[in-house]
Amino acid sequence: MTAPTVPNSGVISADLPILTRKDFVSDQEVRWCPGCGDYSILAQMQKMLPELNVPKENLVFISGIGCSSRFPYYMETYGFHSIHGRALTLATGLKTARPELKVFVITGDGDGLSIGGNHLLHAMRRNVDLTVVLFNNRIYGLTKGQYSPTSEFGKVTKSSPYGTTERPLNPIRIALAAGATFVARSIDRDTKHLEEMLYQAAQHKGISFVEVYQNCNIFNDGAFAAFAEKEVRQDRMVYLEHGKPLRYGKDSQNGIRLNGFTPEVVLDAASDDGLLVHNAHNQDITLANILVGLDYPDFPVPIGVFRDIDAPVFDDLVQQQVEEAIAKGRGDLTAILHSGETWVVE
Amino acid sequence: MTTESQTKPEHTVEDLERVTIRFAGDSGDGMQLTGTQFTKTAAVFGNDLATLPDFPAEIRAPTGSLPGVSGFQLSFSSSDIHTPGDHPDVLVAMNPAALKTNVADLRPGGLLIVDEDEFNVTNLKKAAYPVNPLEDGSLSKYQLVPIAITRFNELALEGLPLNAKDKFRSRNFYALGLILWLYGRSMDTTIKWASEQFKRRPDILDANLRALRAGYNFGETTELFRVQYHVAPATVAPGTYRHISGNEATALGFVAASVLSGLPLFYGSYPITPASDVLHELSKLKSFGIKTFQAEDEIAAIGATIGAAYGGHLGLTGTSGPGLALKSEALNLAVMTELPLVVIDVQRAGPSTGMPTKTEQSDLLQAMFGRNGDSFVGIVAPCTPSDCFTMAIEAARLALKYMVPVIFLSDGYLGNGSEPWRIPDVASLPKIEWNYATEQDGEFNPYERDPKTLARPWAVPGQKGLTHRIGGLEKSGQTGDISYDPRNHHEMTLARQGRVDRMVQDIPDLEVTGPETGDLLVLGWGGTYGAITSAVEGARKRGLSVAAAHLRYLNPFPGNLEAVMKRYKRVLIPELNTGQLSLLVRGKFMVDAIPFNKISGQPFKISEIEGKIDEVLGLRGPYTIEFGQSSVLSGG
Ligand SMILES: Cc1ncc(C[n+]2csc(CCOP(=O)(O)OP(=O)(O)O)c2C)c(N)n1
Ligand code: SF4
Ligand SMILES: [Mg+2]
Repeated sequence: MTAPTVPNSGVISADLPILTRKDFVSDQEVRWCPGCGDYSILAQMQKMLPELNVPKENLVFISGIGCSSRFPYYMETYGFHSIHGRALTLATGLKTARPELKVFVITGDGDGLSIGGNHLLHAMRRNVDLTVVLFNNRIYGLTKGQYSPTSEFGKVTKSSPYGTTERPLNPIRIALAAGATFVARSIDRDTKHLEEMLYQAAQHKGISFVEVYQNCNIFNDGAFAAFAEKEVRQDRMVYLEHGKPLRYGKDSQNGIRLNGFTPEVVLDAASDDGLLVHNAHNQDITLANILVGLDYPDFPVPIGVFRDIDAPVFDDLVQQQVEEAIAKGRGDLTAILHSGETWVVE
Repeated sequence: MTTESQTKPEHTVEDLERVTIRFAGDSGDGMQLTGTQFTKTAAVFGNDLATLPDFPAEIRAPTGSLPGVSGFQLSFSSSDIHTPGDHPDVLVAMNPAALKTNVADLRPGGLLIVDEDEFNVTNLKKAAYPVNPLEDGSLSKYQLVPIAITRFNELALEGLPLNAKDKFRSRNFYALGLILWLYGRSMDTTIKWASEQFKRRPDILDANLRALRAGYNFGETTELFRVQYHVAPATVAPGTYRHISGNEATALGFVAASVLSGLPLFYGSYPITPASDVLHELSKLKSFGIKTFQAEDEIAAIGATIGAAYGGHLGLTGTSGPGLALKSEALNLAVMTELPLVVIDVQRAGPSTGMPTKTEQSDLLQAMFGRNGDSFVGIVAPCTPSDCFTMAIEAARLALKYMVPVIFLSDGYLGNGSEPWRIPDVASLPKIEWNYATEQDGEFNPYERDPKTLARPWAVPGQKGLTHRIGGLEKSGQTGDISYDPRNHHEMTLARQGRVDRMVQDIPDLEVTGPETGDLLVLGWGGTYGAITSAVEGARKRGLSVAAAHLRYLNPFPGNLEAVMKRYKRVLIPELNTGQLSLLVRGKFMVDAIPFNKISGQPFKISEIEGKIDEVLGLRGPYTIEFGQSSVLSGG
């Protein structure tokens, strides 16, 4: 009988070889449609990973099913392309069994919010130490263009030729409500911001959730164009920064303030006085919830970190219980087989 | 009533080989406790025994109602026995509803002890008795002994600082004491157990022990019982014994598999009757490095388990039939990614929610075929409560060696049933082999198969040089890259099948008890072992040429199954389903097996299998099962 042995205790040695973006590019041919926003997310991820200083054999990408979920094939790390909606379940099990690994979950708006919605809630409430990236193209890409749970009300798609009769849900609002400890939004076209969000999410201890607005140029082209095009971006999006007032516009001339619980636009706000100051470390989600409500065209669309707080981490707690139990004496098979009332027959 | 000063009547002692007792009462009456305590006492005394708890479907059905009846049957013997008995010799009925739902099973002439105080107008009405059955002569074929258990118990507890309700709740100890006396058993085991159990409630402990002694003394002093019975210890193999239920044995078997393999155990599960006890047991055993995960649903439970298996752990998930249905898509992911995994299915009566607390063997075909595509998994099935231990180790051993999911098909009868178990020597347990891939620098082929087992290498995150991608899309043999190549899919499907088929080289041949050739082979699987073995032993004693064989490996079947079946003129397959093993055996071997089926939520009675054997051998006309009053359907 040997003691349980699992490879690589996860100790990260100081003399790690310096990795570069190229080290994370697998030999698989990328099969997304040319022009798809997924390329940008892949590129920013591969660019960001070397900064984490984690040996690549300790990195795991787990995905569900969808165009977005093809992601792990293109990463030169451990990768698991699972089944529709269930990536978070595999990731939770892997991370619980092997807390020393760094585990990413790649999912789509259908994968993560429709078929896998329940798992998303529970991974968030448990605060499993995972980084979840949800590619929100507001459409089912892989199945060729049906509406998704994030499609706008009334949207005409292949499965809704008369327009949908369902209201969309907002992934950030779900994450806040479910107790996610790191919640952010970014967009495929702002590569610097995206890389920064992925980095911050990966550094967070506990569950981190990044919604990425992703253009599907085949089935939902221009879904975010109205506010994300380069020329209008600064006027129509507001970048959330912890501790700073909410300002936007080419010269940061505009601001957002609160009137009671109602947000208001302040055009050409000369001073920061009275402007809403972002606090991502708030335990209370009221403010974050107000921010989620901001949407184009009435408001600029907020991107950045909505919430970033510390909380006990599920996989750590599980590991701790096991270690504490073992510290009191490792289980003995003979002893447990003989537990309870026994009798001897001569 | 009786007092200490009365002279004790003389009792004669009669020797019996075997006795079957059923305790029945309201679910609040503590009948499971009473049964378990008597069982322990009999076990420590050295009897062979078997038990059958019968829970009501509702946790708190209205007091005194028919659906609220809870029963516990046990059979103890001075010889080797295999089942908890067909017909109780003794029925203890704590109220009218318990009498109504159980009395039909009592053998004619059997001892019927009832708490006469509970036969009041309200309770009689709840049990739908228009007249009091204790008074209308309807019970004349039994030895009816009405005892004022409630009142005598109250008197025994007079003066204790407990309210009437708490006092009432000690009645089961009174009944237990009486039955212990009747079979000449000591109260020691129960006193020891209660002292531990009620450590923090000395008032309750005091009441229970007083009730116990009062019941015992009542037996000794009353003139109602002229005879005391003696059931000698059974001659069993030497060793250290304990009492074990199937679900406990299942949990311990997987703990053993973890220790034997040196792999930490991960158990993902979502609560479901009758499998939850496995979760309860394993969640206590953290000192073995076991991690348990109560998931949000059965899909998450198996998903997490696949994640843990991918991470190099011994992955185990457990459920019952409805949960297995939910797990099927993810189970196929484990089939496709060729990860080792064990799925426990403690079967219950279906379809749909069915009868959660009742037993059945109706998930065999679901286990075998209940997934999309041509999908192959290993299947094993324990045949007695303690065999769950052995077969759990077998399930893990095969899964790890062949890198394949294995389904462990237990059932409610095995899981909740219990028996004495000779505790095995840890050194005698089988070896469990598994292989992580070796770290390397060059190209790694995650689907390069072992030529003997066809297993692929287990490359675990954290291992250097082995980064690779797997998933549910068809893989190219060797590289594991996604492949739509027609020939590759054909070959990979055959390889996945071949991997399971080859397990045959690692599983024991089917054993036969009885003649090597003959008129009839009775072939079974799973929890029907006890009834089949007893019936076949009985048939042989009557001079019939009948053998029995019991399958514990269902996919693949043992290599000699076909040859064994062909040595007999006829093959009879009793099953608690509509003929699932029969279908497999006929389809695979073209053997004209005769199905014998019962789908009532109850196990087979020995007499039922005897009846069918006699029919098949032409000793009687067509045999049909007679269903007595069932505990839930009737009356209400
Ligand atoms: C159980 C199951 N149901 C349905 C499908 C079909 N399916 C595959 S991907 C998908 C939707 C994917 O949408 P999304 O998650 O938004 O990913 P995208 O392709 O847009 O990136 C569906 C319905 C499936 N693969 N499995
Ligand atoms: S269908 Fe849309 S989401 Fe999918 S790869 Fe093409 S562009 Fe991207
Ligand atoms: Mg989508």
